[in-house]
This record gives sequence, structure tokens and C-alpha cells, in this order.
Amino acid sequence: MMGFRAVLLRDLRLAIRQSADLALVLGFFVIAASLFPFGVGPSPDTLARIAPGVIWVLALLSVMLSLDRLFQQDLADGSLEQMALSPTPLSLVVLAKCLAHWLTTGLPLIAIAPVIGILLNLPAEGYAVLLAGLALGTPSLSLIGAVGAALSLGARRAGLLIALLVLPLYIPILIFGVTAVDAVLTSVQPTAHFLYLAAILMAAIPLAPLAAAAAVRHGVEG
Amino acid sequence: MAILSAHRLTCLRGARLVFEDLSFTLDAGGALLLTGPNGSGKSSLLRLLAGLLEPFDGHLEIDGAPVASDRDGQRARIAYIGHADPVKSTLTVRETLSFWADLAGLRDRRRLDAALGALDLSVLADARGAILSSGQRRRLSLARLLVSDANIWLLDEPTVGLDTVSVRAVEAMVADHRRNGGSVVLSTHIEFTLPGGQSLDLGDYAPGAVGRVPA
Repeated sequence: MMGFRAVLLRDLRLAIRQSADLALVLGFFVIAASLFPFGVGPSPDTLARIAPGVIWVLALLSVMLSLDRLFQQDLADGSLEQMALSPTPLSLVVLAKCLAHWLTTGLPLIAIAPVIGILLNLPAEGYAVLLAGLALGTPSLSLIGAVGAALSLGARRAGLLIALLVLPLYIPILIFGVTAVDAVLTSVQPTAHFLYLAAILMAAIPLAPLAAAAAVRHGVEG
Repeated sequence: MAILSAHRLTCLRGARLVFEDLSFTLDAGGALLLTGPNGSGKSSLLRLLAGLLEPFDGHLEIDGAPVASDRDGQRARIAYIGHADPVKSTLTVRETLSFWADLAGLRDRRRLDAALGALDLSVLADARGAILSSGQRRRLSLARLLVSDANIWLLDEPTVGLDTVSVRAVEAMVADHRRNGGSVVLSTHIEFTLPGGQSLDLGDYAPGAVGRVPA
């Protein structure tokens, strides 16, 4: 547990001291969202209808943009190799890195999502369920993303490769996240959607770190 | 008793055979100096011993047990210093070392200050990684050895970028470690004092090398 805490605190500290990275991701989230009123027209009804989908897709893309930060720099300066050699199990190290990634990416995205909801005229009753869905879905995005980031270690154009690996795996989370909001807006209980999101998260917490750790081990060899 | 032994190791990188049929044993307190021309496989051998590479053939034993049997337990026994210095530009020297100490499971925090002192980094304890010179970064990397309980040190050219005074400090560190029953395998291109150490010329194990003694 000592190693888990050490990696978590270190990654948080690094993220806070390099907060420009975080600002870029949040900036992308807001600016990309503000393009939609220009693209599909400013009709409040149209915007309200697409708002949940747009917010979720952009959250997905924002998380994905920040994934290369997860392992890439640590690989380049040899830190990752040393973590792989430490007596702390590598899957625990990866889990700590995912938690730090979520706290510095997923959580700020959730905090800023209501602003985009207002921008896109999301109906008032949709906010609570949107945020709850994001809270349940974004940790899975970090965990599944870690597998993609670990697999693409050492590849040229790693960012593009991560997108190809990870985006298809994000589809179930996107579907349940968006339809939960739609359900509430059409007066249906979103319980089932939340259960699915929770199930994905419960599966990702033990499995993704194991898979990512195996990929990292492969990545630092050679 | 043999702490670390290698039996007929063969290393393959890509499609190239780097060395073959390499065997040695290292006892408690022992030291092994790796020499040989560039590309003869000094770094490959050290990465192999650290577990960052799998041998193509042959096997390794730590304390007489094959390495694959208890990988996580054996990781605590080994400290590896590679070419890269894992130093973050936004973390201070003390934060960096403290992180590696935590990861190695060190509980005695006094050793942190002792390690900083041993490598003459005490005055830089609160300096950020970004302002360190390459020699200072190297010393910070080496300080990691003193905050782990590993008794097998694998050092890949530990003295690169160090001035004479620091090289002497590293020699003293290694000597101290061996006095306490630790073992060292290191590669270097400069003069490095290793009293009573064995030496291994990787050039002798190149594929098809002439005059090799069959193991």
C-alpha cells in the first residue's frame, strides 16, 4: 500500500505542477463544445437534443487526449522501468496512476460539464443524471485508456494508435451514459443504465490494471 | 554461498546473437566488473540480470532458486541503475528520492538524509530536477541504491558524467555495500577500483569468439 500511495501522490504532484497540460484538456473540452452551435445551428431544440451525446463524446475525446501523459514521459526518462523493477506489484502502480489520472482529468471534466450543458441548452432535469453518469463512467475511461496507453508504448505516433485502440472500447460507456440522460428526459428510470456503467467499472478496476501492467512490462523490455 | 549465478546464458536482440554460453557465480560480498567493446552486450547482460530482458537460452539463479519462481520477492533483492536518470524536472531532489524510497518499501526515513549526504546532495535537497546538472542527476539516481534494501546492485556505467570526487564516492559506496554482504555487477569504461572483484570480458562470449573456454 505504501507503493500505491507513493505513486498516487507523485502523479498528483506532477499533474498539479504541470497544470498547463490539464488546462489544455479542459480548454479543448470547452472549445470543441462551443463549435456545435455553429455547426448545427443555434436552434435551442436541436442543441438540447444533442447535448448529452456531445458532452459525452467530448469527455471521451478529452480523456483520450490526456492518456499519453499516463506512461509516455515515465518511459522516456526511465521511471517506468524502475517502477516495473520495484517490489511493489506493477498492477498496483498502474491502478495508482489511473486514479491520479482520473482525479486530474475525469474529475475536472465532471466539474466543467454543467457549463457545457448550459452552453448547449441541456434541459434542467438532465444535469443530475449527466453528472452521475460521468462520475460512474469516467473512471472506466481512465482504466481502459491505461491499457491502450500501455499497449502503444514505444510506438511512433502513439497518440493516434491509442485512439484506434481505445475509442472502440469506449462505446459501451458512451451508450449507457447518453441513454441514461435520454431516459430521464423522457421520464424513464435510468437505474438500469447506471447498473451497466457500474458493472463496467467493477470489471475494469481489477482487470484493466492487470492487462496494462502486462503491456507495460512488455513495453519496458528491450 | 552463491547469491547470483548465471548458467550458459545466451542473449538474442532482434535477430542478432549478442553473447552466448555465458556463466558466472557471484558470492555475498563479491563484485563482477563487466568489460568489453561497445555492443558486446554489457547493458544487455545487466538488463537480463535485472529481469528487463528474458534470456534466449540458459537460466539465472538468485540464492540458488531459479528466477522465475518468485519474481516479486526477488525484485526486492535487486537494484538496477540503467543509462536513464529517472528525475522529474518539477520534483525536488528530496521528493524524487523519497518517492523511490517509498516504492522500495523503505520505512526508516533517516536513511534518506544519509543517502543525500553520501552523494553530496544535501544542499540541493530542495532544488527542482530541472536545474540539476547531468552529474547531479546521476548522483540522485545513484542515491536510490542507498534507500533500498536490495543486496544485489546492477550498475550500468554508474560513473558516466561524474567528476573524480564523485567517482571516489561511488567506489566508497560500493565498497561499503560489499562489506555488509552485498554484491555488485557493474560495467564501466573508466578506471574503477573494485578490490578483489572478478572481471568478465563480454568480448570473449561473442558468437564464434576464438579461444573461448567451453563451460
